[in-house]
Amino acid sequence: MNLRDVTVIEHVEVQGGYRLLVMDAPDIAAQVQPGQFIHLQIPDLRDALLRRPFSIYNAENNRLSVLYKGVGVGTRWMADLKPGDPLSVMGPLGHGFPIAEAGGYPVLVAGGYGMAALYIAARESRQKGTAFFGGASAGDILCVPEFEALGWEVRVTTEDGSLGMKGIVTDAMDEWLAQNRPEGEPEYFVCGPSGMLKAVGERAMKAGTKAWISLDNNMCCGVGACLTCVQKIRTADGAWEWQRACREGPVFECREVIWDGEESVEHRTSNIEHRTKS
Amino acid sequence: MSDVSVNIGGIRMKTPVMVASGTFGYGPEYADLVDLSGLGAIVVKGICVEPTLGNMTPRTAETRSGMLNAIGLPNPGFEGFVEKHMPFLRQYDVPVIVNVWGRTLEEYADIAEKFDSVDGVAGLEVNVSCPNIKEGSGLFGTDLNMFRQAIAGMRERTRLPLIPKLAPNVSDIKSFARTAEDCGADAISLINSYPAMAIDINTRRPKLANVTGGLSGPAIHPIAVKLVWEASSAVNIPVIGMGGIMTWEDAVEFIIAGATAVAVGTANFVNPLTAIEVAGGIREFLDRNGMASVSELTGTLET
Repeated sequence: MNLRDVTVIEHVEVQGGYRLLVMDAPDIAAQVQPGQFIHLQIPDLRDALLRRPFSIYNAENNRLSVLYKGVGVGTRWMADLKPGDPLSVMGPLGHGFPIAEAGGYPVLVAGGYGMAALYIAARESRQKGTAFFGGASAGDILCVPEFEALGWEVRVTTEDGSLGMKGIVTDAMDEWLAQNRPEGEPEYFVCGPSGMLKAVGERAMKAGTKAWISLDNNMCCGVGACLTCVQKIRTADGAWEWQRACREGPVFECREVIWDGEESVEHRTSNIEHRTKS
Repeated sequence: MSDVSVNIGGIRMKTPVMVASGTFGYGPEYADLVDLSGLGAIVVKGICVEPTLGNMTPRTAETRSGMLNAIGLPNPGFEGFVEKHMPFLRQYDVPVIVNVWGRTLEEYADIAEKFDSVDGVAGLEVNVSCPNIKEGSGLFGTDLNMFRQAIAGMRERTRLPLIPKLAPNVSDIKSFARTAEDCGADAISLINSYPAMAIDINTRRPKLANVTGGLSGPAIHPIAVKLVWEASSAVNIPVIGMGGIMTWEDAVEFIIAGATAVAVGTANFVNPLTAIEVAGGIREFLDRNGMASVSELTGTLET
């Protein structure tokens, strides 16, 4: 983990409000593992103090990039960032996706700009499987050529039917699972809204396969100090404990996660281990 | 060059800038980024006798020029803390001040006694003013009689320096400051976060699971400066000023108002190096003004 003042190299609108921000950040870029994030300080945003976490889209050749949509106070302000601007970046942070199991069949599932968090995992995976991208409409489906270029089969779903199959991403998954028997056991790598994470997780649990889900919990410090982003995580003895999405996560195996409203199980108190990461 | 070291009730600090409880975890969270030995002191997140779960989520919400928190003091309990976190903290040449709290007078006294024999603990900051604990703790900070009993009870059970952390939401801060001194406290720190809330107008639900929380960050800095000024005028023990420090100038205001040391809180979440940078800024300010030490600046407000 580093804290660096980096320089913006490129900041462009990709499509429909989605923007790509590329930074020159050699030492951070060199450390990035699939599914990790960075914590950005938006300069001059005087009355909104806190850093904002962003999934890392890509990290190569000394460059670090994020793909995001302008939705809140911070990201709206970011629209004005231009090449040459300085930016304070902390990262890389968190525990991301594992490498796909040998002999399995990796399946990526992304909702909205969730595919941004999956790109490095897609590249690093030795086996290339199927990627399901879902969004509200065609303008929300990003990076299909990039994933295809890595050797993945991309299947698109939109809620309005403007691109790919009409429906939600799990509809496409269900249809595919019913028609195909992939060689090797499917292993899911998932990033998107929590309803989608839960839905994919349920399918994986039912089928007895693994689903690695990247949680989008609100964060404050990003390094595990403030305990804002805690998630109920199942313990080996059937109880639960808080773990920090920013430190032990953001990626968890779906069986570990206890969602809000689930039958409550006994808790184990604050058994947070401080794993050290370089 | 000016000497920025200070002595807070027997705790000798290399700089007058500490990191505030709850904003720096137990130390390892920021150890990759910050030279912990360069801090005035580390004040760890609040510890009580037994392990505690804390509040449900959402636990924080950003607000204009600040943030609300209602974390609810989750902690591994005395034994868990000493076992898991003290070995790490002992590696550094920095005073470790443990923030402690209880739900009852007995728990306050018990936790003080337990820490009395722990190697590597420089002092105890007493959290009587967490706005997010439903049972007891809030009242220990706002009811003068309960406050007196908590501090006096702890004093009997420990030789460690005791630093009560005062609540800002009282009608007369001076009476709490004086009571702390009368009960044998070695210093006082203030302010804790200010009770506050925020509402999501679309769902008409509070932004925090706990409904209310504590406001921190630059939004409360002027409130804190005023209370530090009042409290320091009432006592002879050192005062640690905190509340919304983002820059060295914010810290110097506290010192002029009467603080001997300061603590950086919310700013750690934005720039973890704030405490180090603020200490550097204070040193340069003293140099520029021909002052040999922090004590020459403390309480020099001209009215």
